[in-house]
Amino acid sequence: MLRDITLGQYYQTESVVHRLDPRVKLVTTIAFIVSLFVVDNIAGYALAGLFLFLVIRLSKVPVKFMMRGMKSIAFLLVVAVVFNLFLTQGEVVVSFWKLRITKEGIYYAGFMAVRLVFLIMGSSVMTLTTTPNHLTDGLEKLLNPLKALKVPVHEISMMMSIALRFIPILLEETDKIMKAQIARGADFESGNLLRRVKSMVPLLVPLFISAFRRANDLATAMEARCYRGGEHRTKMKPLVYQRRDYAAYGIVCVYLALCAVIGNILF
Amino acid sequence: MAIIETRDLVFEYIRRDEEGNVEGITRAVDDVSLSVKQGEFIAILGHNGSGKSTLAKHINAILYPTEGTVWVDGMDTSDDESLWEIRQRAGMVFQNPDNQIIGQVVEEDVGFGPENLGVPTKEIWERVEESLKAVGMYEFRKYSPNKLSGGQKQRVSIAGVIAMHPKCIVLDEPTAMLDPSGRREVIRAARALNDVEEITVILITHYMEEIIYADRVFVMDKGKVAMEGTPREIFSHVEKLQSLRLDVPQVTMLSHELKKSGLPLPDGILTTQELVEALGL
Amino acid sequence: MSIILDHVNHIYEPGTPMAHAALTDINLVIPDGQFIGLIGHTGSGKSTLVQHLNGLLKPTDGVIYYNGADINGDGFDKKELRGKVGLVFQYPEHQLFEIDVFTDVCFGPKNLGLDRKEVELRAYAALKQVGLEDEYFYQSPFDLSGGQKRRAAIAGVLAMKPEVLILDEPTAGLDPKGRDEILDQIAGLREETGMTVILVSHSMEDVAKYVDRIIVMNKSRVMMDDEPGAVFRRYRELEEVGLAAPQITYIMHALREKGLAVDTDITSVEEARDAILHALAAQGRQDRGVGGSPC
Repeated sequence: MLRDITLGQYYQTESVVHRLDPRVKLVTTIAFIVSLFVVDNIAGYALAGLFLFLVIRLSKVPVKFMMRGMKSIAFLLVVAVVFNLFLTQGEVVVSFWKLRITKEGIYYAGFMAVRLVFLIMGSSVMTLTTTPNHLTDGLEKLLNPLKALKVPVHEISMMMSIALRFIPILLEETDKIMKAQIARGADFESGNLLRRVKSMVPLLVPLFISAFRRANDLATAMEARCYRGGEHRTKMKPLVYQRRDYAAYGIVCVYLALCAVIGNILF
Repeated sequence: MAIIETRDLVFEYIRRDEEGNVEGITRAVDDVSLSVKQGEFIAILGHNGSGKSTLAKHINAILYPTEGTVWVDGMDTSDDESLWEIRQRAGMVFQNPDNQIIGQVVEEDVGFGPENLGVPTKEIWERVEESLKAVGMYEFRKYSPNKLSGGQKQRVSIAGVIAMHPKCIVLDEPTAMLDPSGRREVIRAARALNDVEEITVILITHYMEEIIYADRVFVMDKGKVAMEGTPREIFSHVEKLQSLRLDVPQVTMLSHELKKSGLPLPDGILTTQELVEALGL
Repeated sequence: MSIILDHVNHIYEPGTPMAHAALTDINLVIPDGQFIGLIGHTGSGKSTLVQHLNGLLKPTDGVIYYNGADINGDGFDKKELRGKVGLVFQYPEHQLFEIDVFTDVCFGPKNLGLDRKEVELRAYAALKQVGLEDEYFYQSPFDLSGGQKRRAAIAGVLAMKPEVLILDEPTAGLDPKGRDEILDQIAGLREETGMTVILVSHSMEDVAKYVDRIIVMNKSRVMMDDEPGAVFRRYRELEEVGLAAPQITYIMHALREKGLAVDTDITSVEEARDAILHALAAQGRQDRGVGGSPC
């Protein structure tokens, strides 16, 4: 069923990572991803792996949960590994038929795999430990300087949180309309592509109408509650850096510095 | 002093066909003058399309009169200067429970109004707490609205309005999409607001059993106020109500039938208890 | 010919921490031509139940037979079943999508693979059955009033000529007059066609007047299954689960408690009026007979 799709798969538990300011987590995630592309030796990846391992331990999110995210990229991972394995030029290790595996190929394929796995795990630590709400708040605050460039930062984050609020509702509605049309003999599953696309009309038209009606209702309700954009607004849950957030920033700086040193100089 | 007052209120909208040509003009509200005192519990009754919701939207300055004037706490709603103050004084709860909750967590939704008003953070938390307690939803403060029943969602919406500290709250068919237990929850919450917090309540509905507790009832038809009075006075006119596409509680209907058959019963019996007593049993 | 549910269970999201039973051990026989009210509050399982009857949901456990055949068995034509067991969802007007009312009503019969002429004949007949005037046939369904939209949507299911018609809260959101009109129309339709009708509702008062049988659902189970009078007699149990008998039931019980000899199974205002007048007259005679004084 459609509603099985989980978005922003937050894992509820108490941990120091959960309590961190979302801005810290956003910045750390970006820093971690950057670090993965800066380092290019085994020691560097070992360091990144250690860092990731420690953060996961601190977050108290079971590794099983992390692995769930891997399923969706398994295909991508295989493709990346295969391409690197066979298409890299260099010292031949094994060769059969027209394919050759080179020493460099093994290296690159290995690095690529590790890089991808770390990247996905690193970003899922963020989504697993931060509510979507908190994330939008953090993003709004982080992007705040862009306001000077006339970027509608508040509006973007408001739109994101409204979208998050309405996704489950619209999924449920999709499910309901689908069922209702199936009850009238509609068939969403068989036929060629063209027929299938055509068969979506009885689903999409009502869904769009409903989405617009909801949007209209919500806009009226927001106005009735004195919403007038980001000006004059106060925050119920303002983001304020705590001591642990500064400490986390410090650790991230140290990690980046180590990556720069170990990942490049030592080989 | 009147908290809400309308004088000769007319609202018209233009109907257009597919090419955008004017097809006609509909008078949704036609010359309505009424006055509501601070602390009253008012019910506005009417069938679908009678103009009751259009009238309600004028109180919150969502719609503006085509002709005539609406005053909220002495402020003219067509005066742009006082727009936000009017919306703060007269809050509004709508029909569809899903389409008016903005927050992804109950407490954040209740905080939305105060945030918009620029209330300091500490006070927002105080207001959220007291409002959720007033509607009996405090223990659900950390819930996602999607996990609540229809009646609970409507109570959250009411809390969201109370947190803005209004003098008056307009409930625009808050129970139309709910089941009977949800309806009872919402009506109970509305009555408690009126009794305890002394907030003026304007309840718009087409369920007759919900207006029994109102101080005064206005019945709308074709954009006009067709009847006005206490619930008892309104319920004395069974035939007139039926002609306005409304019905009456079964006990009122039965008493009316018995009276027509010659029993000496008073008009406008509202409860089973009253009927039993009136029959002299 | 009938629908039979044999030990039907349905569990949502089985095997997860969110797992919960929506139907528990449902055993029902729904014979042809009955008019049934299915009552329960939100979350009692009534909507889940009706979605099993046309094969939209599969039971986790148990079997459903339509005219003797297992509807989830191999080779059973579900599409045909959906033509036979018509299900009108809550707020059916939200599923309208075509450019005009007539085309929209054609959608169902067209999906059954009928030829064009038959499709249009059925659509026309269905629109007539719900009492929608010709002038609306070629209007956009979105330009109709709330009540008309609902009729058009019901016609969309009727046009499939179902043998069983299930309506999930057909009166939700309508005003009292609109509610009575729709219900009267459905009752008339049943008279005319003799089809089985299942009316899903959370209001006893709405269905009391029409149905021959009431099934009360509570917490995924069938709590009562009887004729209306017998169900209302258990009004105290109904209250315990957040439902209520029609107000008339309470009035009759209150009167009887005060010593007026009235039948407590009465469900309509007219019957109640006659019963009270009758009982009062009898009491009056008795009073005169015993006390000898005129009243």
